[in-house]
Parts: sequence; structure tokens; C-alpha cells
Amino acid sequence: MIRPPLPRWVRAGALLAVIFLGVPIIGVLVRIPWAEVPRLLSAPASLDALGLSLATCLAATVASVLLGLPLALVLSRGTGRVTVALRTLTALPMVLPPVVAGLALLVTLGRRGVVGQHLSVLGIEIGFTTLAVVIAQTFVSMPYFVVSVEAALRGTDPGLERVASQLGAGPTTVLRRVTLPLLAPALIGGATMAFARALGEFGATLTFAGSLQGRTRTLPLEIYLLRESDTDAALALALVLIVVAATLMALTTWLTRTSAAARA
Amino acid sequence: MRLRIRRVGAVLASLAVLGGCAASPAVPSATPTGTGPAAVSGEITVFAAASLKGAFSDISAEFVKKHPEAKVTFSFDGSNSLVDQLDGGARADVLATADQPNMDRAVAAELVGPPQPFATNVLTVVTPPDNPGRITGFDASLDGKRLVICAPAVPCGNATAKLAQASGLTLKPVSEESKVTDVLGKVTSGEADAGLVYTTDAAGAGAKVKAFPIANADVARNDYPIAVVTGAGNAAGGEAFSAYVRSADGRAVLATYGFGEP
Repeated sequence: MIRPPLPRWVRAGALLAVIFLGVPIIGVLVRIPWAEVPRLLSAPASLDALGLSLATCLAATVASVLLGLPLALVLSRGTGRVTVALRTLTALPMVLPPVVAGLALLVTLGRRGVVGQHLSVLGIEIGFTTLAVVIAQTFVSMPYFVVSVEAALRGTDPGLERVASQLGAGPTTVLRRVTLPLLAPALIGGATMAFARALGEFGATLTFAGSLQGRTRTLPLEIYLLRESDTDAALALALVLIVVAATLMALTTWLTRTSAAARA
Repeated sequence: MRLRIRRVGAVLASLAVLGGCAASPAVPSATPTGTGPAAVSGEITVFAAASLKGAFSDISAEFVKKHPEAKVTFSFDGSNSLVDQLDGGARADVLATADQPNMDRAVAAELVGPPQPFATNVLTVVTPPDNPGRITGFDASLDGKRLVICAPAVPCGNATAKLAQASGLTLKPVSEESKVTDVLGKVTSGEADAGLVYTTDAAGAGAKVKAFPIANADVARNDYPIAVVTGAGNAAGGEAFSAYVRSADGRAVLATYGFGEP
């Protein structure tokens, strides 16, 4: 299906938008002290931050998939007011300022929080632990997974599921053998997006988990701290974050397109 | 153009007032402490370290009472950020930092005129009011507790490290924050058993924390300098505000917030 060409002014507008978004990124790349990058990145604090970020984001992504997939499936079938309310709740962390998310976690799961004070009695304290980082990351990144998987689910043809069901397959079998395989690209895409969002998580982590090298100080927190004293090192770490995020987003785009092509 | 007319007007007005004072010494002066020129007008933009928020807000209220033509607006942020913002072309008339190194940086970049010290600050140990960790001060009672301090990369963390070394203590914090206010927040929310903050932060938090003064805190003393920004839009106003901060009145306000004499 070939569409008629776009007016020239639309292309001009698009070019402006690309310049607006691209120039700051190019600015960072120009300003980065390239010769120093290997030394700056191999500093123990940098490696700790990088390792911690990758590990916690992986954990947050797994948690997002395990918790988010059932939610996405339920949301995709619902129509009533409850579904609307649930969907609003699900998307809320995407638009909340991260510091609000962090505060919400703090007053809930913190040592004196609504839930946290009871956990504290049991000897479970989440604040200042790596678990707190994962919780903060999951809280802000799971909505990205749920929203993209739900959109994919609503786009799939229910016919195959219905046929499988009529042939005698139980609900779990239909889900496992039909729905999930159809959904695979969207699942990977959603998970990648959640991972990328978790990687950039900053405000909620700082507010809820604190900042300690090797335990709670993730890449964004290390960059924020280095910015105070060593701009070059902060920029070198920023480069890592940009490269990883760009790779992930490219992967997501590619997967989304592949899945759309597969459906078409 | 209109701005310039206003500024000329302000200068004329101040000359008139000065002339008036000189001519009739029997008339009581409008500024009893005699700080700065009598008439200051226009907006004075002050970039000040976040720790100065309370004190400077009070000082500006008194300053504006004496100079009703003036309006003081603030940008409170980390000293490093403020210098970065000035370097990036932000407009301001006065810069007040929480430490000498950041002011030195501003001087080296020719962003400000000669700085003057106006206050000092030292660290103190704070705990939640009920002191759940049974902290007794800057001593071994901090071991194994949920201690939160500033990261060494920021001024309060640098001071903390210096103080720990001078006291022969090895601190094992559960978190190293990038801002002293974040440390205070972790203590007031009860997440941390203890934190190291400035005496001013402790004073500002009032009953929300219990403070334990540190005997040799002076080894890690922070000097606060103030300077008028180079090419300030309102240099006269900036000078006047800077002078007022350093006056007896300004110092009295600073003292109520826990700042020491320079």
C-alpha cells in the first residue's frame, strides 16, 4: 500500500524535530574526552556502578515480566470500569515524577512506612539495600512492559485461541501453546523497553534506596555524583548509558516492526 | 531602554538621599546600621547554596524592609550547580557558595568579583528524635548502625571524611548521598539511625531530629563566601545585598540558623 507523498513543510518540521532531539546527543559526543574514556570507565566506582545497574535492571525486568504478563493478559480481556481504573493505575508510574514514585515507595515500604513498619518487626528492612533498587526500578519500568504487551494482545486475532479452545485445549494450554508464541516479539520488545527504563531510573532509587558504591549506587546515581566533582568521568559514564539505551531502543523498534510484519 | 531609565532614576534617587543625609545630619537615617547605599532598587537575583535557604530568605525580608524599592529573588541549589549555571550564562547579581573551592572556581572563571567570607558551618551528628540506634555522638556508637553521610565528592562528604580521619573513626555508612539535605531526609523520615549534617541543617529540622555536637568539628569547618557577579545587571543592588548579609543584622540572622562567625 503506497501512500501519496507528504507535503514539503511536513518534512521540514520533521527535520527540525530530529535536529532538536539529536543536537544535545551530538553535543555530549563532542564533549566526551575520548582518549580518557578507557581509564575513566575502568575506575572501580564506574565498574561497580555499571555491574550493579546491569544486575538490578535484569532483576527488575524479570520481575516486570513475571508480574506484568498476567496483568497485561487480564487488562486485554477487560472492558468495564474496573479495567479502565486498573489501566490508569498501571500507567500512572510512567507519568509520575520519579521522586514521587520514590516517596511513595519510601512511605510505604520504608522502615516507618505503612507496610514497612510491619516488615521491620519481622526483621526485614528494605531501605538502603540492592532489593530497594530493584523494587524502585520495577515500579517505574513494569508499566512500559504491561502497556506494550497489552497493546500487542489487543492487536492479535482471537480466532486461533478460539480454535485451540474448541479443539479441547485447556486455558493454560491455549495460553502456553498459542497466545504466548504469537506474543513473543511483543514480550521481548516490552521487556527490552522495561530494561531500558530501569537503566535510566534515578529519582526513585535515590529517594528510596540511597546511594552506596556497589550496593545501591547505580549508573545514573554515579553520574549524578561525579557531575559534582569530575565532569569528564560523568560524561564517560553517560556515554555508556547512551550506547546501551540506544542499542536497546533500536532492538525494540526492530522487534516491533518484525512482529507487525509477521502479523500482516 | 526603560530599564536603563529606571536605573538612572535609581542612581539619582540614591544621590538625592545621600545628599539629603549629608546636608541635614539631624534627620534620623533610614538605615540605622548604615549598611550600603541608602536607596537600592530593582530586582536582585541571588544564587545561593541550598543550605542558605532559610537564613537568606529571612535576611532578604529584612533587607527589603529597608529598601522597599528592591526585590530579591533567589535560586537555591548546590554550590557546584550554581557555578555551572553562571558559567553557562545564567543571569545573577550575587553568588554565595557553601565552600571555598566552588567560589575559587567562579573566581578563576572570572564569573564573580572578589569574594568575602560571611559565615561558617560545621558538621553535627543527627538521629531521629527517639534515637532508635542509641547513638551517643560522633564515636564508636555509630558502628553497625544505619549511618547516612554525604559522598566524598561533595563538600559535606569531604568535610565528613576529614572529620572522621581527625577523630580516628572509620565510618561504614549504608548510603552516601549527593546532597546534605538528602542525608537529613533519610534521618527525619526515620530510615537512617544517624546522619552527618551541618549544624544549620540540624537547627532547621528542629524537633524532627536530635543533634549531637561534635567536639572537634572545627577541623572540617566550611567557609561560606559571597561575591557580586561580574557584569551583574544590578551591581549596586548586589553590592548592597552582599554588604547587608555581612552586616551585624545579617550575621544575627545567620546565627539563629546555626551558622558561625567567619
